[in-house]
Amino acid sequence: MNYSLLAPEILATAVGMLVLILGLIFKDRARQSVGIISLLSLVAVLILVILRFTDTQVFFNGIYQVDTYANFFKALFALAAVLVILNSSQYMERFGNKKSEFYALMMFATVGMMVMASAGDLLTIYIGLELMTVSFYILTAYLLEDETSSEAGLKYLILGAISSAVLLFGMSLVFALSGTTVITQIAGQISREPALIAGVILIAAGFAFKIAAVPFHMWAPDIYQGAPTPITTYLAVGSKAAGFAALLRIFIFAIPLTQFNWSLVLAILAALTMVVGNLIALTQTNVKRMLAYSSIAQAGYILAGLAAANQYGLKGVLFYAMLYVFSNTGAFAVATAVEVNTGSTDRDAFNALGQRSPMLAAVMTICLLSLAGIPPMAGFAGKFYLFSGAIQAGYLWLAFIGLLMSMISVYYYLLVAKAMYIGSNPQTGAMTVKAPARLALWVCLLATILIGVYPALLSNWAQTAISIFM
Amino acid sequence: MQNVLSLSWVIPFLPFLAFALIGLFLHRWPKISAALSILSIGVGLILSILISMIVFAGEAGFTYEVAVRWLNMPGLSVDMGLLIDPLTAVMLLVVTIVALLVQVYSLGYMHDDPGFASYYAYQSIFAGSMLGLVVANNFGQIFVFWELVGLSSYLLIGFWFGRNSAKDAAKKAFITNRIGDFGFLLGILFLQIIFGTLNYSELAGAVAGYGNTAILITVSLLLFAGPVGKSAQFPLHVWLPDAMEGPTPVSALIHAATMVAAGVYLIARAFFIFNASPETMLVIAIIGGFTALFAASIALVQNDIKRILAYSTLSQLGYMVMAMGVGAMAAGMFHLMTHAFFKSLLFLAAGSVIHALANEQDIWKMGNLHKKMPITTWTFVIGALALSGIPPLSGFWSKDEILLSALASGHTALYILGSLVAFMTAFYMFRLIFVAFFGDNKGGEQAHESPAVMTVPLIILAVLAVVAGLVGSPLMNNAFDHYITYPGAFHPAPNHSIMIISSLLAIAGIFLAWAIYQKKWVDFERIKIKMGGLYQLLYHKYYIDEIYAWLIKHFVDGTARLMEWFDLKVINGAVNGIAWLTGHLGITLRYTEDGQVQSYALYMYAGIIILLIAALCAVFTVLA
Repeated sequence: MNYSLLAPEILATAVGMLVLILGLIFKDRARQSVGIISLLSLVAVLILVILRFTDTQVFFNGIYQVDTYANFFKALFALAAVLVILNSSQYMERFGNKKSEFYALMMFATVGMMVMASAGDLLTIYIGLELMTVSFYILTAYLLEDETSSEAGLKYLILGAISSAVLLFGMSLVFALSGTTVITQIAGQISREPALIAGVILIAAGFAFKIAAVPFHMWAPDIYQGAPTPITTYLAVGSKAAGFAALLRIFIFAIPLTQFNWSLVLAILAALTMVVGNLIALTQTNVKRMLAYSSIAQAGYILAGLAAANQYGLKGVLFYAMLYVFSNTGAFAVATAVEVNTGSTDRDAFNALGQRSPMLAAVMTICLLSLAGIPPMAGFAGKFYLFSGAIQAGYLWLAFIGLLMSMISVYYYLLVAKAMYIGSNPQTGAMTVKAPARLALWVCLLATILIGVYPALLSNWAQTAISIFM
Repeated sequence: MQNVLSLSWVIPFLPFLAFALIGLFLHRWPKISAALSILSIGVGLILSILISMIVFAGEAGFTYEVAVRWLNMPGLSVDMGLLIDPLTAVMLLVVTIVALLVQVYSLGYMHDDPGFASYYAYQSIFAGSMLGLVVANNFGQIFVFWELVGLSSYLLIGFWFGRNSAKDAAKKAFITNRIGDFGFLLGILFLQIIFGTLNYSELAGAVAGYGNTAILITVSLLLFAGPVGKSAQFPLHVWLPDAMEGPTPVSALIHAATMVAAGVYLIARAFFIFNASPETMLVIAIIGGFTALFAASIALVQNDIKRILAYSTLSQLGYMVMAMGVGAMAAGMFHLMTHAFFKSLLFLAAGSVIHALANEQDIWKMGNLHKKMPITTWTFVIGALALSGIPPLSGFWSKDEILLSALASGHTALYILGSLVAFMTAFYMFRLIFVAFFGDNKGGEQAHESPAVMTVPLIILAVLAVVAGLVGSPLMNNAFDHYITYPGAFHPAPNHSIMIISSLLAIAGIFLAWAIYQKKWVDFERIKIKMGGLYQLLYHKYYIDEIYAWLIKHFVDGTARLMEWFDLKVINGAVNGIAWLTGHLGITLRYTEDGQVQSYALYMYAGIIILLIAALCAVFTVLA
């Protein structure tokens, strides 16, 4: 076995522990360096994954798989982590003397996500999931002096534990019926019976919690709003993508549609998620909370591609998950900058941002337009793939709901744009943005436009990644 | 050397890059912005020269094509590609030369304008769009750049948007073009639906084997709507004379190398489609010929120096389109090239006059400029001689090719019409010259010659206006025709009597203008009064603008009022109702979020239970 293919996971874990130790050894100023070490190691992970994108290997009888699909998601997580860490430079002062632990936990959460993407076994997925989630419990409550942050952390812990229980219950039922936890072997061992259906529904519910699909979404707005904004970003783009990565692998490989039409279940969840997420987002006046609901709605769109379960849909899932990293991180990064500068994320705080900081306003506008699916931004191409997949699979109604809800979403996204360009603000003067965050903003802006103008770049990559299912 | 061809994407890319850099960062430093813009087009010129050397060293049918798939889905794929052949090479040269000279000239003309940097940004995007259009290898791509050309012309025509006339002119240009573009887009969609591709070479094969003439006529006429708008043919010509509200160098660019050239270029590029249906060709020839005559007659009586030149452009574009229509694609392109040089020369020289006279544009308020502004005057005269078709200047050769083709292809009426237009052209151009440059009015007293940055481009263009025609003349074995060709092209032998007749007509026109306006042997005020009705008709441009305004006021506005009522009462009501419903649904749903962990868990469990029961019931009752 070629263990060198595990280098990304090993590197990230080792650096995570190293950072913890260095945080204890270094004095105040030297602690800055741990951020750079984490950042560089994540960039190294990204490069490693991309360089060896098509190298595949099955480890330990199928328990762990390195394939193009896993590599696509690993690249996504590393990229998201890099952007989040760059962006968190604005936020560091609020973390007090706990800076190094922040980086360590970011690394561990990333490792957990990578394990989820690569795991070929239900229990391994669960271990990855817990590693990620436990890291997030801590990160969510990271602003100890801030009540909403602590409250968010506690809520997330309680609800996360419930969802883990549900997920484990589902996995145990599937194990009981098939006698194996290796995903590729399950399909041959199961038949249609009530226990299987119960197991599948419970697994779906467990992951639906992670991706914040309705009705398992209730935690998301509270936690997204309470958590430090960089963490919210990572929850929204990373944790969600990891949930999709595992869900997709389990359902496509282990549960044949002939045994149980889970596709319809997911289609209904997708429809509910799109409708509820968008309608509630419509009424929000706080941008961070609006983005939380919008990210629920976005999960609905992606879920529609998974429900389609065909080439277009699955390609769309991966394509959208990736562009979502850029567009959503961009939007959250601007929200972070406004929060750091004004102490608020209310929509009023965004008033006249177009005059105060044209760059921030431009990034926000482009990213929101992308999330709304307006061409030529990336989101348009992504939604195009997702809804084409849904239509091809016969879910015309789902695609229709998706389009209708995208239309509604334009309204609340543009309210922010309106505030930024037309709103008036007694405060003037440019906002300060730290250089690393500025870099992250540029990357998000350019990638969102580039993917939208030339989607073939990413879509070919996604195509290679999903070739393992075809 | 071949590597240069694969670099040709750089030619349109650099101006776009310059546009982006100026727009985003450099606009605070006008000088750097201008330098960057000029540098980007200068590099484009060098590359264009290198590319032309490769293309014209090769065979006549030389083509180089590369493409990347830009959009791919079942039933539609659009490429972004490059197609380099002799036609492209000629256009690249013309556009980069004229754009470069115009930009250099603008350094002088626009030097104290507060919008100097954005002017150069717009110039860059204009040049970049035009160059992107020229190198496109399919209709999808050409349409993108076609629209970008329209957008940039809007920005430049309305550059002095503080003036109402400039604002209106920009809107008029844009809206008039939209009408043509609508037809053009429909034509493109038809092509995609019928032939399943938008690529030129693939279409050329498909069209050749296509039998349904009715559809072919429809599609080619729809496609022709694009050039009618962009190249300002009757009846969509109304925007071009007004477009001179932009800065004069912009007029030079629009009238010579970009925008109006795009339409003619499109006809040449898609010639295989037009040529496949004789009926469409006849329509093209008649519209072109009519525009040529119609515009020339208006130019006879105008008093504004730029307006005279604008109508002369219309008339010359009519010539080019007519050439296309009689099947002489090469002759049309040849005239496009020579016209680009002498018309940009005329506009820039006119700009030099306007600049010197503090924005005076009425030729009757000028006079005796030749003493104060010798370079401007003599370069203008060279341009006018070329335009009038006096041998051996460039305009003579290209105009002769068109007249020859019209006669040789059996369109005798169009030949006579063309010759008449040649006479009128010479007359109105020298009317302008004798009044403005040699007349005895006192208006030109305070004039002074423009700085070198403006006169050097004039001199370069004057040289080009003299010699550019040689490449297509019988003296050089009609080399231009030899390269710019298409399957089934015909090359009529040079006809000396046509050359002599058209030269004599031009000289007669000049003589008549000299007799009336210089020697005053005939009192033109009396002619004006005697032919009052005709004069008024021509002076008011056949009242076309007024007719359009009347039609719009009565039909479009009437329909609009009806629509407004429907929109306000019916649609708005429905939309507001839905919005209200959506909003209230949102508010209701919002209250499910009460912040209580217990209720969140409750919803989760309820969700699981409902899903589970529903799934079990569905699966087992359907089967049972």
